[in-house]
Amino acid sequence: MIKGRIERVTGPVVVAEGMLGARMWDVVEIGKGKLLGEIIKLVGERAFIEVYEDTNGLEIKEPVVSLGKPFTVELGPGLMGSIYDGLGRPLERIKKELGSFIRKGIRLTTLDRKRKWKFEPKVRKGEEVSGGSVLGSVREGSIVHKIMVPDGTEGKVKSVRKGEFSIEESVCELNNGKRVKMLQEWEVRRTRPYRSKVGLSEPLITGQRVIDSLFPVGKGGNVCVPGGFGSGKTVLESAITKNCDSDINIVCRTGERGNEVTDIINELNESKDRKGRPLMEKSILIVNTSNMPVVARETSIYTAITIGEYFRDQGYNSIVLIDSTSRWAEALREVSGRLEELPGEEGYPVYMESYVGEYHERSGRVENMNGSFGSLTLISSVSPPGADFSEPVTQAVLRATKVFWGLDQKLAWRRHFPAMNWLISYSRHLDDMLPWFKKNVSKDWDVVTKNLRAILQKEAELERVVRVVGIGVLPEKEKFILEIARIVREDFLQQDAFHTEDSYTPLDKQYALMRDVVKLYEKGLKEIESGKTTDQILTKSVKERMARVKYD
Amino acid sequence: MIEYQTLTQVTGPLIFLEGIKNVGYGEIVEIETDGERRRGQILELNRDKAIIEVFEGTRGMDVKKTKVRFTGKTMSLGVSKDMVGSVFSGLGEPLKGRIVAEEELDIQGKPINPSAREYPKEFIETGISSIDLMNSLVRGQKLPIFSGVGLPHTELITQIAKQARLLTGEDFLIVFAGMGIGYDEARYFREEFEKTGALERIVLFLNTATDPAIERLATPRVALTAAEHFAWNLDYHVLVVLTDMTSYCNSLREVSSAKEEIPSRRGYPSYLYTDLATIYERSGRITGKKGSITMVPVLTMPEDDITHPIPDLTGYITEGQVLLSRDLFRKGVYPPVDLLSSLSRLMSKGVGRGLTRDDHKSMSNQCYANLAEVEKLRALISIIGEEGLTETDKRYLEWANRFEREFINQDENERRGIKQSLEKAWELLSIIPEERLKRIEKDLMKRYMRGE
Ligand SMILES: Nc1ncnc2c1ncn2[C@@H]1O[C@H](COP(=O)(O)OP(=O)(O)O)[C@@H](O)[C@H]1O
Ligand SMILES: [Mg+2]
Repeated sequence: MIKGRIERVTGPVVVAEGMLGARMWDVVEIGKGKLLGEIIKLVGERAFIEVYEDTNGLEIKEPVVSLGKPFTVELGPGLMGSIYDGLGRPLERIKKELGSFIRKGIRLTTLDRKRKWKFEPKVRKGEEVSGGSVLGSVREGSIVHKIMVPDGTEGKVKSVRKGEFSIEESVCELNNGKRVKMLQEWEVRRTRPYRSKVGLSEPLITGQRVIDSLFPVGKGGNVCVPGGFGSGKTVLESAITKNCDSDINIVCRTGERGNEVTDIINELNESKDRKGRPLMEKSILIVNTSNMPVVARETSIYTAITIGEYFRDQGYNSIVLIDSTSRWAEALREVSGRLEELPGEEGYPVYMESYVGEYHERSGRVENMNGSFGSLTLISSVSPPGADFSEPVTQAVLRATKVFWGLDQKLAWRRHFPAMNWLISYSRHLDDMLPWFKKNVSKDWDVVTKNLRAILQKEAELERVVRVVGIGVLPEKEKFILEIARIVREDFLQQDAFHTEDSYTPLDKQYALMRDVVKLYEKGLKEIESGKTTDQILTKSVKERMARVKYD
Repeated sequence: MIEYQTLTQVTGPLIFLEGIKNVGYGEIVEIETDGERRRGQILELNRDKAIIEVFEGTRGMDVKKTKVRFTGKTMSLGVSKDMVGSVFSGLGEPLKGRIVAEEELDIQGKPINPSAREYPKEFIETGISSIDLMNSLVRGQKLPIFSGVGLPHTELITQIAKQARLLTGEDFLIVFAGMGIGYDEARYFREEFEKTGALERIVLFLNTATDPAIERLATPRVALTAAEHFAWNLDYHVLVVLTDMTSYCNSLREVSSAKEEIPSRRGYPSYLYTDLATIYERSGRITGKKGSITMVPVLTMPEDDITHPIPDLTGYITEGQVLLSRDLFRKGVYPPVDLLSSLSRLMSKGVGRGLTRDDHKSMSNQCYANLAEVEKLRALISIIGEEGLTETDKRYLEWANRFEREFINQDENERRGIKQSLEKAWELLSIIPEERLKRIEKDLMKRYMRGE
C-alpha cells in the first residue's frame, strides 16, 4: 500500500509527497476524513490529485493512501430507476440515511448488497462461456437484466444455480473453479469491449417533428446540441428521454440546476413510455448539480457512458443524454489551471478535445462479445459562453459528432420552440436512415422532406430580399411562398413540449403533416399562375385547418 | 492560539505567510495590525506557506508588525430569530446592539441533495403584470433581474419585495443583501418598508460601496446562511434579494487576479460559474420541510451587454431572468421589462387551471407570439419605413404600443392582481385578427373574449 502525505492544497487539487509507485488514475483516500480523489499527474514521488469532495479543513501532512486501482463503477441488478451522483453514490439512499443535505466523505455502495434477485439461468452445464456471455437474467421491473460473464473470465460451466440471490452470491461456477456473481465492476474511463462496430440503419424515433423529419439521429449515433441559455437544451433532452423508442435511458445531468433534476425525476415517475411501461423503470440518472463538488462532474459522464455500454452489451438500445458537456470541460479546465498546465484556447487544457473525441467514440451500434447487437446513442448538450458556437467546447464536440442540432437563442426569445435553427443544423445520418423511412413510413419520404426543406431555404433567400426592398413590392408568388413557409415554421417545426397532444407526433402523422403542406404549396403555385392571390388560396379557414391538424 | 508574525508579502487583498503548522484549508484567520483587527480566509496551503484573503482589505498592513492567528474554524454566522428587523454588516455583524446566537452555521452551507428537492410550483403574485402574467415567479425559484446602470431595478426589486405574496395571502420574510451599493439605495429600500410598517419582515446585510470590496465575497453567503436558518429550521418562506451581483463578481475577479490565476473571459476567473452556482442553488424547496427560499438577485450588465460573462453565466444557472430595457425606460415605461429576452423557466408548472387561471398559459404564449411578430415588423420598418405594411401588420403595431403603455407600464405602488392582468391582456388582444391567435384554444376564446 502506498502512503504519502499532503504537501499542498489549492481548491479541488491536492499535491501529495511520498507517493512513489502510485499509478496514474489510481483512486486515493485523502486525509483523516478519507475523502476520495484520483491521481491525475505524477512528478517524481509527487502525486497530483483531483479531489471529488470539498477540500476545506484538510491540513498539510495528513495521510494520502492509494487504493491501487482506478475509479470503477458497480454494474448489476439494482441500477434501474436509481439516481446516483457522479461517483455512483445512491442519492436516494443518502437522503434516507443522512438527510436532505450532502455531507463530505459519504461511502455508500452503488448497488444494494442485501436485496435478493430472482435469477433465471440460460446456460447449461458444459457450455463454453467467456467475457460477455449471457448466463441468465433477472427481472428489474419491465427490464430483463441480463447477467453476463465479466471481461477476462472464461471456461466451461460446471454448475449454474436458479433461485433468489444477492448480487454478491455466486450464480455460476466454471470448471476452472471460477465463480461468477451478478455484481461486476468496470473502470469508467475504459471502453467496454465489443466484437465490432456495425453501420447505423435505424433512426431513434423521438416524436419531435424537427428531429425525426429533418435531422434524424440513428440508433448508435451521436449528437451535438449547443445553445445559449434558455435556448431549450434541457427541455429538448427531457422530451427525448420521455418519448423516444430507446430501451434504456441514462440521463446525465452534470453541473446544472437542482430543480431540473427534480423535474425530470417527477416526470419519469409519473409518465409511461410509448409501450405503456413506467418510464422510470427504463431510466437511470447520474446527477452532479452545479453546487456539488466540481471534480465529480468530470467523472459523471464516464460513469454514465459506462452504464450505457453495459446495457448495450446486453443487446439493448441505450441512450446517454449529457447536460451539459460544457460543465464537464470546465471541471477539466479548473483542475488543469490548478496544476498550472499550459492553457490552450480559452484556458481549456490542450487535451480537452482529444478527451471529447475519445468518449464520443464510445457511442455506436456494435456486435457485442456475446453475438447480440446493441447500440449506445450519445446526445451531448453544450453551453457556449455568449451563445457563440466558435468557442472550443462546441467546436470539439462538433468535430466528434455526426448530427448537429443548433439551438438558437434568438428563436427561443421569439418563442419558436424547439429553437433548432433549421438553416444551420444537419444530420449526416440522412442517407443511412432513408431506406428505413421509405420502408416503414412512405416510399416518397425523401421527396416530401426535400420539398419541405426547399420551402424553408427559399424563405431564407426571400427574407434577405425583403429586408432590402420590403414585402410590398414582392411578386404574388413570392408572397405566397413566405406565407407557406410561415405555416411550415409555426405549424410544423414549432412543437410545444408541455402540450399533451403536441409534445409527441408519431412518424406517420409527421409524414401526413408534411405531405399536406407540400401539396398545398404545389397546388397554390399553379393557382397563382392562373391569377389567384395568396389570400384567396390561404383563406382563414385553410390557415386554421393547418394550425389545428397537429392536435387532432 | 499560536500567533504568527511571519508575513512575506502583501498583494491586493492577499497576504502571504510562512512557517505555519497544523492549519486547515479554508480556515478563518484573525489578523492584527497596530491594534486594528481584520478577518481572512486561507486560499492556498503549500507546505508551511499559506495565501490568505483579507475580507476587510489590506490597506495599512505591513509585513513586519502584522500578526496572524488561526481560529481552527471555517467562516460562520451566529443565527437567531431575533435577527428580524436588524441591520448587519456584509460579514454578518450587527451594526447596532448584539444578537444572541441560537446556533453557529458555516456560511458555505451544504449542497441540497437533488433527490431531496421538491419541485417549486406555488405561484407568487408580485402585483406586477409583466412578471405575474408573462414571467411568473414561484416559491423556491431563483429569478434574477438583469439591469443596467441607471435603470430602475432598485424600485422594481423594492416593489417585488413589498408586494410579493401567495394567492392565499401569505407574506414573505425578506433577507436583503446589498453588495457595493450606495447608501441611498439601501436607505430607499429600508424606508419603503418602514412606510408600510413592514420592517419586522426584513433582515438587512449591507456592504456598501465604501466598504471593502473583498468583504462582498462573504455577504451573499452570510445572508443565505441566515435565510437557510429561517427557511429550514424555523419554517419561514424567505425571499432573498441580492444586489448588486456585478459588484460581487468584480471582487471575485480582483482576488483571482491578485492570486495570478489564469483568467477566463474578460478577466473573470474560470470558476465564476461554479462560484455563482454555489450561491444561487441555495434557493429551493425541500421535501418534508415547510419553509422555502426564493431568490431575486439583481445584476447590472456592463454596457447593457447580455453576453457579458456575468449575465451570461447567471442565465445559465438561474431559472430565468427579467431583463430591463433602456429603450422602454427612455419611452417612460415602468417597469421597463423587455419581455422577449425575459423568461421564467418554472412558469409552465406553476400557472394555469387550479393554480392561477386556466387561460394563463395560453395568454402568455399568445402575447409572446405577438411580441415576436412585432419585433420583426419593427426591424423591417427601421429599414424600409411603414409603407407596404398590411392592415394586419398595423394592428400588431397598435397592439404593441398599447401593450407597452397599458399592460407593461404600471405605477411603482400599484398592485395588480393576476386576474386584473389577464383582463387587461384580453382587452388588448381584441386588436389582433382572430385567425392569428393560434395559441389560444377555441373554448378560452369563447369564454374570455366573447364572454359566452
Ligand atoms: N419545446 C419547447 N416547448 C415549449 N417551451 C420550451 C421548449 N423548449 C424550451 N422551452 C422554454 O424555454 C425555456 C428554457 O429551456 P431550457 O431547455 O431550460 O433551456 P436551456 O437548457 O438551453 O437553458 C423553458 O423553461 C421553456 O419555457
Ligand atoms: Mg439547461
